[in-house]
Amino acid sequence: MKRRNFLKACVIGGATITLGKTNKGWAAGSFEGYPDAMGVLVDTTRCIGCRSCEAACNKEQQLAPPAESFEDKSVFQEERRPDSTHYTVVNEFEKKEPQGPVYRKVQCNHCNEPACLTSCFVNAYTKTKEGAVIYNSKVCVGCRNCMIACPFNVPGYSYESVTNPVVKKCILCYDTRLKVGKPPACVEICPQEALTFGHRADLVKLAHERIRMNPESYYDHVYGEKELGGTSWLYLSRTSFDKIGFDTTMGNEPIISNVKEFLGMVPMVLSIWPALFSGIHLLSKGKHDEQGEHHDTTQEDR
Amino acid sequence: MKKFIKQGLQTVDSPYQEDGEKRSLMNKLLLGLSPSEYLLQAFRNPFNWILGLIFVIGIPILLGRFVFGLAWATSGSNDYPWGLFLGFGLFAMVPLSSSGFQLGTACEIFGRHDLEPIERLALLNGLLGYFFMVVSFGPAAVLFLVAWHVSTYLSVQILEVSTAFFEWIGFPAGKRGVRRITLGLTVSGIILSTLHQGALGALFTYAPGKVHPLWYSSSFQWLHFFVSSLPGGLCMVIAVSTIAAKTMNWRGDGRFHANLDKITVSLAKGACMGLATYITIKLIAIAHDNKWSYLDSGWGQWFMLEIILGFMLPLVLMTYGVNTRKMAIVRLGAFATVFGVVLNRVNTAIITFNWKLPHREIPPWREVLISITIFAIYIVVYRFILYRLPILYRWRAEEAPEVVTETEAVRSGAPIGHASTAPIASYSNMTKLD
Repeated sequence: MKRRNFLKACVIGGATITLGKTNKGWAAGSFEGYPDAMGVLVDTTRCIGCRSCEAACNKEQQLAPPAESFEDKSVFQEERRPDSTHYTVVNEFEKKEPQGPVYRKVQCNHCNEPACLTSCFVNAYTKTKEGAVIYNSKVCVGCRNCMIACPFNVPGYSYESVTNPVVKKCILCYDTRLKVGKPPACVEICPQEALTFGHRADLVKLAHERIRMNPESYYDHVYGEKELGGTSWLYLSRTSFDKIGFDTTMGNEPIISNVKEFLGMVPMVLSIWPALFSGIHLLSKGKHDEQGEHHDTTQEDR
Repeated sequence: MKKFIKQGLQTVDSPYQEDGEKRSLMNKLLLGLSPSEYLLQAFRNPFNWILGLIFVIGIPILLGRFVFGLAWATSGSNDYPWGLFLGFGLFAMVPLSSSGFQLGTACEIFGRHDLEPIERLALLNGLLGYFFMVVSFGPAAVLFLVAWHVSTYLSVQILEVSTAFFEWIGFPAGKRGVRRITLGLTVSGIILSTLHQGALGALFTYAPGKVHPLWYSSSFQWLHFFVSSLPGGLCMVIAVSTIAAKTMNWRGDGRFHANLDKITVSLAKGACMGLATYITIKLIAIAHDNKWSYLDSGWGQWFMLEIILGFMLPLVLMTYGVNTRKMAIVRLGAFATVFGVVLNRVNTAIITFNWKLPHREIPPWREVLISITIFAIYIVVYRFILYRLPILYRWRAEEAPEVVTETEAVRSGAPIGHASTAPIASYSNMTKLD
């Protein structure tokens, strides 16, 4: 009877394991973004560095007024990054080139598999089906892990707030515009049509089309199409991307791929260690009883 | 303190005074001195003056953080969101506090009862390191794992150290209860330590583009952090016991002082194996991702300096010291290891972090001062406990009268340390697991 029960349990257990193991797996590596995800294509060859997108963003998101006006071009002297009062900034590159400088707008790229979302342990981040990566400050505990994790150095922290500092970053105007089908404020205001809003899939096609039509004025690459698993914001440039402040060494694997090895090890330690060390304790106890206090002096505690 | 002992003060190491009267809690807290005597010895200690100076400047700044905000007290950098507090407080203090679970394992799991004189120091070292990390960190995927492991582990450690507290306060039932679950506590200590020491490393796998490749390894980062924490913790115990044996000589009992050298050698042997393993896996990681070319750069030289001064040199020093029984060299090696582990963590979290950015940030003075203040509070609490709880000495139970101790020592002719342990066997049985 006992044996029969044992075999039965084996069969049932085996079946559960086989059937229970679907092909779902973790999203990393294969997830290419939501089908209806929106995005923005930035054609840096069209940007003239007018900073009107910065002004529009400031107004739309009701951010603190800036120290210098949005017409002030002196800000281009140094490379800036987005922070808690500037969700987007424009930087100037290739300043001494005969064709003139290249301007590059920086904001959250709204990754398909956001590192900030992966690293957040209170799930403050959400990747919406529209493609925006939004953030819920109510559950945020201020650990700033997302700022460490973001490969584009985007999220800022409102250090200046005494009682309730929170993470701040571009949300693709999700609350006020994207949700109702309107393009983000920066796209709408751009006088050069350097920014194009649309379905990400269409924008990828459009970007390649522009390169094909004008191969001499574009560098043959769409930044953000595959980088780190792909981003909702895509960039075109006339020079190689490392010259205009992009990190081109990151590869196409999303950040979560780096962390999976450790996370996979965790349940193993949790399940193996108790038996292993209790067993060792039992073994060394038996030895003790027979051989008294004699024990090798090497350290065995690892 | 030395002066008072010369004058005939009996240090507090049992529930009773010389005249057989039970000691009150106040008496225990004041180390058996009268309040005025206590203040006198505190004022006489020049180290207290240094601490006082740090607190006078540091505490107002610490409070200022809650009044004027983080931007006032820290650099408030978006590129270095974890700054000096976490770079040092979290990433450097935690590996140095791995001693608790290691000595717990050695004594309780492997039955190395010869290490017992230092077990409690190691446990306390672990507890305080974590406690200050959590306090300076405040409330905060992998970080979640760190958070719940550290908090669980903190309670495990509090329980492990509580035996000393129960003895001191006079509550044997509590002690017996904790002793009964020691095996469970120790095993959960190992699990939690393995995971969160590793997890601290794994936190950096979120930032493959920011940590310098020589300090980064997607496959082995957690192993690097875990393995280096082992010698780090052991050497921290050597370092602390060295300092304690020097500065609070009166507090250690015969057993502690007589066994210290022998135990230090055991710990150093363990640390050497840890160091050798760490250096090996560090080189394997470089080979695995073929990062040799990075060595030929400014960062590479800095990396080699860290590996050579902080890990290879102590390995050589301690191996030599252990073989020739030159304790000063062993201890120097231990201090060098502590330095190496701290440098490694600070390098990973602050110095080489964001190596691609064109400029480096120097933390502002307020942030530095707050870090020093928190570290000073850590030292004060550490000292407060070592002065009082039976960490470096054994609490003499009621049934072990002093007279026996002396006759026993004379009769057996054994080293003093051994002799003083013998008569308290009735009590020491309880500290063993079985």
